[in-house]
Amino acid sequence: MSEKFDVIVVGAGPSGNAAAYTAAKAGLSVLQIERGEYPGSKNVQGAILYANALEQIIPDFRDDAPLERHIIEQRMWVLDEESFVGTHFRSDDYNKPPYNRYTIIRAQFDKWFSSKVKEAGALVICETTVECLLMDGDQVVGVRCDRQGGEVFADVVILADGVNSTLARKAGFHGEIQAGNVALAVKEILFMPQETIEARFNIKEEEGVVIEMFGKITDGMMGTGFLYTNKDSITLGVGCMLSDFKENPNRTSPYTLLEKMKAHPSVAPLIAGGEMKEYCAHLIPEGGFYAVPKVHGNGWMIVGDSGGFVNAVHREGSNLAMTTGRLAAEAAIAAKAAGKGFKAKQLASYKQALDESFVMKDLHKYRDMPQVFHQNNQFFTTYPELLNQAARSMITVDGIDKKTKEKEIFSNFRKSRSLTGLAGDALKLWRAFR
Amino acid sequence: MSTVAVNVEEKLFQNRYKVDHGRPHIKIRQPDLCRNECKSQSCTYVCPASCYKAEGNGAVTLITDGCLECGSCRIICTELSNVEWEYPRGGHGILFKFG
Repeated sequence: MSEKFDVIVVGAGPSGNAAAYTAAKAGLSVLQIERGEYPGSKNVQGAILYANALEQIIPDFRDDAPLERHIIEQRMWVLDEESFVGTHFRSDDYNKPPYNRYTIIRAQFDKWFSSKVKEAGALVICETTVECLLMDGDQVVGVRCDRQGGEVFADVVILADGVNSTLARKAGFHGEIQAGNVALAVKEILFMPQETIEARFNIKEEEGVVIEMFGKITDGMMGTGFLYTNKDSITLGVGCMLSDFKENPNRTSPYTLLEKMKAHPSVAPLIAGGEMKEYCAHLIPEGGFYAVPKVHGNGWMIVGDSGGFVNAVHREGSNLAMTTGRLAAEAAIAAKAAGKGFKAKQLASYKQALDESFVMKDLHKYRDMPQVFHQNNQFFTTYPELLNQAARSMITVDGIDKKTKEKEIFSNFRKSRSLTGLAGDALKLWRAFR
Repeated sequence: MSTVAVNVEEKLFQNRYKVDHGRPHIKIRQPDLCRNECKSQSCTYVCPASCYKAEGNGAVTLITDGCLECGSCRIICTELSNVEWEYPRGGHGILFKFG
């Protein structure tokens, strides 16, 4: 198959599908290569789909995309061993179409997205792993696959090969990923009757709830837990920085963390009776702004997780993936139209478009966040406990007057963090979030 | 954190795999390094599929059949870079039903 295409896209996740769809729709010849048995079979996500990024690519996606539930309620829980303090935000606004976000099951969603890519005219080949990029001097000219005679050529190769960014690393475009820049997340999908989910979460058909959790469940590590309601299943997971897993003195395994979380008295009743049908693990690039590598060069562009495009603070990833995929394809389309070649200079419009989009603006806004949380694990250990203690104290009626309770709570905060520590923590958070 | 016994094999049993028999996609480059140079052997507890096992004699063994292809083992083995890591051949390895 020594053919030549305008564009080769490696990978069929959200970024690769967005890139392949956009390029094919514009009339470019596109080859997309996926190593899984079908698109989606290697892909893992929570998963929440943010409608906006997909709307810009396929405006009428709601007509036939496999969507589970639209989210009408977001819960944020801070947990200690026995309890949680939390906020819930529920609004009937989220029940007015077009809905803002949905839970999805990625194996199904990616398959659907891929069908759209094929309809748009791209050639999609599965069960094929790309081994390396083909170079002509410093210009990427194609890829080598693990098939006989598997060299294929293209003007531009779009690397949508996921968080491990294998191809760009092998080509020397960037170095090995740092353990402090990725989170390792594990999750399970638990099936139960639709009515059970709707009763437990106080929702109607098609309505969904998201719970984000942090605190004791991560065993002192920087990380979060989550619970998402699907149509007739619940996805439950927990992720922490890989560097924290490695250095954790308790040597806690990810699956142990997950089991503990499932057994937490606030979580267990929600998932009781669920039939576990799959256990997944995945890395999430959470290094943010400073961890984004060089994303374009002579004949290549990097999109999605492979480029570290995740906004960890807001738990956004697939929308950045789709947006970066679309922007990279648009750069390839423009370069093709201009007819001046496909060197880094001609593909620089990709980087420019990224900088002007919400993708780099949001990553820039939270650029210091990863560092702040890395160096201050009290946000994941001390504060959740203090908050839960405070709530327990104020809400338990036991004959002690409220003034005395307030004093004790404040003294606990001071003992744990000191006044300057408290002020410093507030300042650090304000700086990182502003 | 109190200890809970977790049988990860039971979890992996729910998953679908197409194992590439005789062609493991991850290899330990020099097993002696794990035994003699690596104090933490962190792969033995970080790997979410428990592919790496700490043996009684100090060695680390690797069986990739249950691998979830996350990449953690390669990234955490920074000091010794003793993990040779590739994706499985096309169509092989973990095949997520839901993802």
